[in-house]
Amino acid sequence: MTFDMNRAHDLLARAKRLGASAADLLFAEGEAFTASVRLGRTEKIKDAREKVVGLRIFAGRRQAMSATSDLAEASLDGLVEDTLAMARVTADDPDAGLPEREEFRLDLPDLGLWEPEPVGLTLDRRIDLARETEAAALSSDARLTNSDGADFGSSSSRILFANSHGFRGEYAGATYGLSVAPIAAENGSMQRDHWYSVKRRFALLDSPESIGKEAARRTLRRLGARRVGTQRVPVVFDPEVSAGLIGHVAGAASGYAVYKGASFLVDRLGETIAAPGVTIVDDGTIPAGLGSKPFDGEGLPTRRTVVVENGVLKSWLLDTYSARKLSLKSTGNATRGPADAPTVSPTNFYLEAGTASPEEIVREIPDGFYVTELIGFGVNLVNGDYSRGAVGLWISGGEIAFPVEEVTIAGNLREMLGAITRIGNDLVFRGRIAAPTIRIDGLTVAGA
Amino acid sequence: MSAASEPSNEFFAIRYGLSGTDLDRVLTRALGRPVDYADLYFEHTESESVSLEESMVKRASKSVSQGVGVRATAGEKTGYAYSDEITLERLADAATTARAIAEGAGAAVPARVGPPRPLARNLYPVEKHAGEIPLGEKIGLLEGIDRIARAQDPRIRNVIASFSCSKKRFLLATSEGVVVEDTQPLVRLNVACIAQDGDNRQSGSYGGGGRTGFDFILGDRAFEFYAREAARQAILNLSAVDAPAGTMDVVLGPGWPGILLHEAVGHGLEGDFNRKGTSAFSGRLGQKVASDLCTVVDDGTIPGRRGSINVDDEGTPSARTVLIEKGVLRTYLQDRLNARLMKMPLTGNGRRESYGHHPMPRMTNTFMLAGGDDPEEIVRSVNKGLYAVAFGGGQVDITNGKFVFSASEAYLIENGRVTAPVKGATLIGNGPDVLTRVSRVGGDLKLDPGIGTCGKDGQSVPVGVGLPTIRIDGMTVGGTRP
Repeated sequence: MTFDMNRAHDLLARAKRLGASAADLLFAEGEAFTASVRLGRTEKIKDAREKVVGLRIFAGRRQAMSATSDLAEASLDGLVEDTLAMARVTADDPDAGLPEREEFRLDLPDLGLWEPEPVGLTLDRRIDLARETEAAALSSDARLTNSDGADFGSSSSRILFANSHGFRGEYAGATYGLSVAPIAAENGSMQRDHWYSVKRRFALLDSPESIGKEAARRTLRRLGARRVGTQRVPVVFDPEVSAGLIGHVAGAASGYAVYKGASFLVDRLGETIAAPGVTIVDDGTIPAGLGSKPFDGEGLPTRRTVVVENGVLKSWLLDTYSARKLSLKSTGNATRGPADAPTVSPTNFYLEAGTASPEEIVREIPDGFYVTELIGFGVNLVNGDYSRGAVGLWISGGEIAFPVEEVTIAGNLREMLGAITRIGNDLVFRGRIAAPTIRIDGLTVAGA
Repeated sequence: MSAASEPSNEFFAIRYGLSGTDLDRVLTRALGRPVDYADLYFEHTESESVSLEESMVKRASKSVSQGVGVRATAGEKTGYAYSDEITLERLADAATTARAIAEGAGAAVPARVGPPRPLARNLYPVEKHAGEIPLGEKIGLLEGIDRIARAQDPRIRNVIASFSCSKKRFLLATSEGVVVEDTQPLVRLNVACIAQDGDNRQSGSYGGGGRTGFDFILGDRAFEFYAREAARQAILNLSAVDAPAGTMDVVLGPGWPGILLHEAVGHGLEGDFNRKGTSAFSGRLGQKVASDLCTVVDDGTIPGRRGSINVDDEGTPSARTVLIEKGVLRTYLQDRLNARLMKMPLTGNGRRESYGHHPMPRMTNTFMLAGGDDPEEIVRSVNKGLYAVAFGGGQVDITNGKFVFSASEAYLIENGRVTAPVKGATLIGNGPDVLTRVSRVGGDLKLDPGIGTCGKDGQSVPVGVGLPTIRIDGMTVGGTRP
């Protein structure tokens, strides 16, 4: 069963006819294909097709949502009635409602998020790409004896959005990804790491050779890891883990966390919250960006928002509802799961590059910890407490000395942001959230 | 509507107009020549959720998810295709894709789809599914929770409460002629409180649920307890001191701290990792991996529990599996593919998140059996250490065995006495090592209240954990105070 703007229009009209005061509708359709190889042999192929309609209906300032993958006409018609009935019993919320009519834009930019499937990307070619990537990793060193496999994945999706203010928008996106997770063994213990590349253009993917070699390097350097004693030392975050740290800023700057009082950044707008030189930007308009989209989960245009400028907190990330709660305007950061009300998420969110090379940053440290992986959920955005399992390399006399594991790093995000004493020049967008190498002083490493 | 009143595959047959002969044909297509097993997994899931915040029920939502997954396996290979369009045409396409993977060994088996096999038992009979309870009652429940939580202390500034429920029906037809159908209810109530004193902001949360109806929440006025607990934890955290850092003795309280077992040993004992030799527990069956005091089981057969299942998503009845017996590693958790390749028995742990996912070995309810120690005496036995009673999430690196889990309510133990509450800290350890350090096991085994969701390879499934009070000698506590 297909779904198009005409059916969207009919459903919105039906909602109005039944007494809804406003409504919006999301249709998402996607296809994804993954080929997995392990130890040179095809292990799994997966082919996915999904469609879903999400509906939000207002009865005055009361709202309810629904979603279904059953696109039969009778089911969708019934859904409109059920959703309106639910909306009528929820709370009368003075801030609920669609964005203002004049906030929408109909001339949406083409951000280059989609390309037609490349010619010649057959099942065999996909399997070969995964196989070549794994082979490049495993052939690097005799200690790479096992593998969690290599994947080649592609996906394409189409989003259609319409609301009772007359906004109509549609866009498509594609992604391609290649990854591998080799396993190295030495003296009876094993280590695993991985490397990957994800792009919106097939031709821009890193080569199987470079992905495999980098995965091998990251895995091999973990062999022989040990614990270190409990101490306070400078900690260097490699770009993979510093991106995660910057992601916590996005969470704490979300309008929802702020108005609920559930963020360590509450009341800090306009104040210095990070070290000088720390500039953090959200930009949904980067051409072919993995987090780019022409309009957000409420149909509002995405934009570039400076969240932190030279250490000063300049803006929250907002959708219409959280903006109204804070007497502000949306920043175009609404995201919308089909059955959920909009909430806030970053688009492309990054820490601007500094000037130091990663090597210089390490060289300045007499004794420190270079972190390459963090595990666990020990991050509390309400009070900023931070305590996570860490893996990495010990720095001694400005040089990488030996691998470290089974330790934690702990501090508080409020102080950590202020203690970013070096920012690397190595910013690369490998995902929606990106950051260069950074150094943070004053963290506690807990171990033996 | 109870599961028993819909005994056949009528639901799917009527809804999607598919006959047993149609299924035969699709399975035969999926099987082709070199494929040795195929299955079809039809699913129809209805979910509902209602949430309150700022004393208002601002959101209510409902969703229907339906679709079919087709799987074909040959040797170690799996082909999986799914679609949310349940039509013969899409099924045939999916079957063709799924079998495209098969090159090599295996023999064709004729597919024959019979009537569904009646389930031997129903672990979650529900008179009335929570989704059938009028929305107004759920709204009333959340408003009541808001009042109770706020009444605990004027420093409670916000209460965020949500109720969600789902009813998942699936029909599985396999190339070996197995046809099973199950209806799985699931309810969950969660309460989070934000407390504020000056610019000190803290949170607390509590929740629970299971494969039950709405009455579960009302029975014993469970919801009042949840509200008070969430508020108590938030207020307690206002006075928490910095957590210590370093290696010390740790006492874990009963119930949800059983997440230790889930992360430290459970994942590492899943069949797929062990077949591939990528787990820190690979090749260690029959070896000592824990102290004599430790017996750890995975039990999917406990009535009404969040992690329980009548049958797994491959049609194998759930079971009680002893993973570690008096410290000795006994069994891995298996799905069909890995059990066959490892020539080991099925354990009923082949689970999938939905029709959009292939089965994998997953835990159900994982817990340690009670020992003989008095919980209070266990705390008294520690000179200087940490007493942790509530946790957030955890994670494990299967290959090197390192795992973490983060305390959300913990106290210092000083000279055998529980003293100051400490801020959340992550505990880190090594899976094959940590249980060898268990020196006391209490008689107070408790299962968690029904809040666990386990993520693996992008798939989430509901699980349970349980633990008696235990003492672990020397574990790394990741606080800030060296």
